Amino acid sequence: MSEAAYTSDEMMTIQAARMIRNGVTLFVGIGLPSAAANLARLTHAPDTVLIYESGTIGAKPTVLPLSIGDGELSETADAVVSIPEIFSYWLQGGRIGLGFLGAAQIDKYANINSTVIGDYNQPKVRLPGSGGAQEIAGFCGEVLITLRQNNRAFVKKLDFLTSGGHFEGGNSRQKLGLPGKGPTAVITDLGILTPDPVTKELKLTSLHPGVAVEQVIAATGWPLKVAAKLDATSPPTSAELNVLRDLNERTARAHAGQA
Amino acid sequence: MAHLLPLSEAIRETVRDGDTVALEGFTHLIPFAAGHEIIRQARRDLTVIRLTPDLIYDQLIGAGCVKKLVFSWGGNPGVGSLHRLRDAVENGWPQPLEIEEHAHAGMAAAYSAGAANLPFGMLRGYVGTDLTKYNQRIKFIDCPFTGQKLAAIPAHRPDVTVIHAQKADRKGNVLMWGVVGVQKEAVLAAKRAIVTVEEIVDDLHAPPNSVVLPSWILSAVCEVKGGAFPSYAQGYYPRDNAFYKGWDVIARERETFKTWIDRHVLGTKDFAGFKRSLEGTTSHV
Repeated sequence: MSEAAYTSDEMMTIQAARMIRNGVTLFVGIGLPSAAANLARLTHAPDTVLIYESGTIGAKPTVLPLSIGDGELSETADAVVSIPEIFSYWLQGGRIGLGFLGAAQIDKYANINSTVIGDYNQPKVRLPGSGGAQEIAGFCGEVLITLRQNNRAFVKKLDFLTSGGHFEGGNSRQKLGLPGKGPTAVITDLGILTPDPVTKELKLTSLHPGVAVEQVIAATGWPLKVAAKLDATSPPTSAELNVLRDLNERTARAHAGQA
Repeated sequence: MAHLLPLSEAIRETVRDGDTVALEGFTHLIPFAAGHEIIRQARRDLTVIRLTPDLIYDQLIGAGCVKKLVFSWGGNPGVGSLHRLRDAVENGWPQPLEIEEHAHAGMAAAYSAGAANLPFGMLRGYVGTDLTKYNQRIKFIDCPFTGQKLAAIPAHRPDVTVIHAQKADRKGNVLMWGVVGVQKEAVLAAKRAIVTVEEIVDDLHAPPNSVVLPSWILSAVCEVKGGAFPSYAQGYYPRDNAFYKGWDVIARERETFKTWIDRHVLGTKDFAGFKRSLEGTTSHV
């Protein structure tokens, strides 16, 4: 096992990438999910079909896109379709296996807020809003979520429910008529949280190297349940780190060089 | 039939104070030149529709052109906030901004309904989310066949839609490719439509089934080389990601924004002048 130094963000991205099965059709949000998805494609999951909401199906970018519609995506895609088509025929049509989202806030049932901090009409911080997140959370076969863990982000009550995960827990997602399994894992910089099979409440099931359980509990705004048998996340291998760092370097060069 | 016009004339004749305007283009082919011309001509009280307000509406909002924004994702992609949009929403500067917020699929359905002359767009989705508490224009209906609960959104029917495309021919037929977003639907949903293009050519050489907007559904076609900068035009120039990052600094404070708009947009005659004014500047400030 490599003892290479790495950051907690690298651990998060690499673990998120590991959870992508090769060959899955993957609807990707921008930012952390896009980095993880492309890392997966460049390592163990070369046949993953990356789909971005700009309508690019089967994108194979060599650098990370800054926006979800960069030329890099459409030029490398198997097909480029319109926005009404990507959302209605492909996403709502039930063609997408896995959705991958980031969030500003998350609650214990993996519902997420990317709209507003504070009151909607008198916001403390106005965030971008849903974009395609609400539909990705609603209509993919299953959903992964990745974000940094702290008690401003992991809250008892969302300021705004932008995209539904397991709603009120239990079978409330099914009762609303939504297809798919909903969120199946939340990958953070501290560990992995997965929903209880029955209550759907997120539980800490894996701890990243060097992180203490107390630290994760302190970074969570609700009384976090911890699995009786806690897994230990494998540290990043040097191969994973090299591919991720190369990707980030290529990306930084490309985004700076077009002025 | 589309008139081939200079952009300033097309905006003067087509966009009026108080209009509902959609300047569409999903990351790709964003009609920045047309947006700047609306700012130069000081249009006021506009209701503007766009899935992603992007820098183009950040500029229109900061310049005081906008009364109401209809949108579904209001950030600077991959960079962060749209500061002028946030300042308007959070502090009412330069004037209060009414917002009507959707998700992307709802916006797409509303444009498609407008193009199809239907009263509303329909989709699965929005169930259990908070948007429906704040946007009274998202309602639920029951499917008459299955009883399934479906979301309904009133059709978008802009007074004017403005888009940018790669090519037009001399009759004003327009060809576009790459990420084509909702532009076709937005044009067909509108009463009037302006298209700016990279170039006007003798023959489009359009393959069958490509996205062609025939001249007779358009009001005006204007040749504006580079008119989607700092977004991109596939086959012509890439997205200027460094500009998008630099915008974060320009737009963060009111004063730097005003200085930028005064110098580069209000202080220039047209888009070519705008592009010239950026030469030699660092970070485009």
